[in-house]
Amino acid sequence: MTELFPLLLEGTLVTIRITCLAALLAAALALLAATAKMSTLRALRWIANIYIELFRGTSLMVQLFWLFFVLPLPPFNVSLTPYTVAVLGLGLNIGAYGAEVMRGALLSVPRGQIEAAIALSMAPLDRFFGIVLPQALANAIGPATNLLIELLKGSSLVSLITLADLTFRANQLVETTFRSAEIFSIALVIYFVLAQAINLSMHLLERRLNRGVMKVSV
Amino acid sequence: MNGATLFDTQFALQIMPALLRAAVYTVGITIAGFALALVGGLVLALLRRSRSRLLSWPATGVIEFVRSTPLLIQLYFLFYVMPEFGLTLSALAAGTLGIALHYACYVAEVVRAGLNAVPRGQWEAASALSMSPWDVYRNIVLPQAIRPIVPALGNYLVAMFKDTPVLSAITVVELMLQAKNIGSQSFRYVEPITLAGLFFLIISIFVSLLVRKLEARLRLP
Repeated sequence: MTELFPLLLEGTLVTIRITCLAALLAAALALLAATAKMSTLRALRWIANIYIELFRGTSLMVQLFWLFFVLPLPPFNVSLTPYTVAVLGLGLNIGAYGAEVMRGALLSVPRGQIEAAIALSMAPLDRFFGIVLPQALANAIGPATNLLIELLKGSSLVSLITLADLTFRANQLVETTFRSAEIFSIALVIYFVLAQAINLSMHLLERRLNRGVMKVSV
Repeated sequence: MNGATLFDTQFALQIMPALLRAAVYTVGITIAGFALALVGGLVLALLRRSRSRLLSWPATGVIEFVRSTPLLIQLYFLFYVMPEFGLTLSALAAGTLGIALHYACYVAEVVRAGLNAVPRGQWEAASALSMSPWDVYRNIVLPQAIRPIVPALGNYLVAMFKDTPVLSAITVVELMLQAKNIGSQSFRYVEPITLAGLFFLIISIFVSLLVRKLEARLRLP
């Protein structure tokens, strides 16, 4: 059984790398789209709405296939490596879901906090990054954890666009060794452990974000 | 064929019937899968709430494990590994069963939240009236538990529909694989894959609206 591990481990590292990069992209897109959707400019609101609905309404796999098979063809002529497609596709997809989470979290920050910041004559950017965003992030941790696990699970689909992630390696090993029960079981357990790692680190992050927050709400 | 056109409408119309058929097929899989998921989810939720640890712990384990591992590998497992244990399923059966099982675990958590939200007094009143457990669930608890979770269940129905392309990995010819097959036969991917995406978008939005309507109808005055 030990001879299976090097390849599976290699795949696991690819899975982790893609998940982390896509998570960063998704977080940035979620924040951008959420603030754009709450903007006073109608054009920005429209763009954010179209992005969110388009990526939430079509399936992740369709998006990955579109980026992989359609984008390199004549009208677009944009050839991306499977790695880029994976990060871009997963990031765009989860970012659209994250935008709604982020918007809810931003709206849940009490109005008084913003008023207090205005009263202290903080600059708008300071107000947002110093007061509103930290509280919003603390509120968003729960749903964000679920989204990250969805992202991890979704990353298995990149094996279908020829990227050598954990699922791809598992498949490859099954094809050469025919020990499907063992290999797929190990792969499932690795994904489960990774998901628990996400749970744990988000829990630690939540504690870190809530440091200094009064336990009793006013 | 003119390679410079952005979107060949004539070709799109030509492949439309095949894609529509695949879309109907995909919707069928979703409906059958979701019906199974509802039943499975209800059973898992009841097991997880059971006072006997012998029932509640395995149910909790299954729910947590299935929810944190990818559907794709679960399908591979059902389709490629189960035959070794004597359970040979067709691609369609394995796919429908796999996606149903995956979503049953999500449904279970939603149902559990709904059941937990039913006030204790309702249970107590029902047992004070010496109703049988079956009657308590059927007539008192479930009607109150299901109403508030309809939106969440609707979201999972849409999510499940959008996950059906994963079934293509075990050779179920649903909408996505049909689009890809057309692409590889004609060397034109733009129209089939874009149309497949469009179908997903339209059907998802349509189902979301339907769920919202149902939600409004179920709301108590």
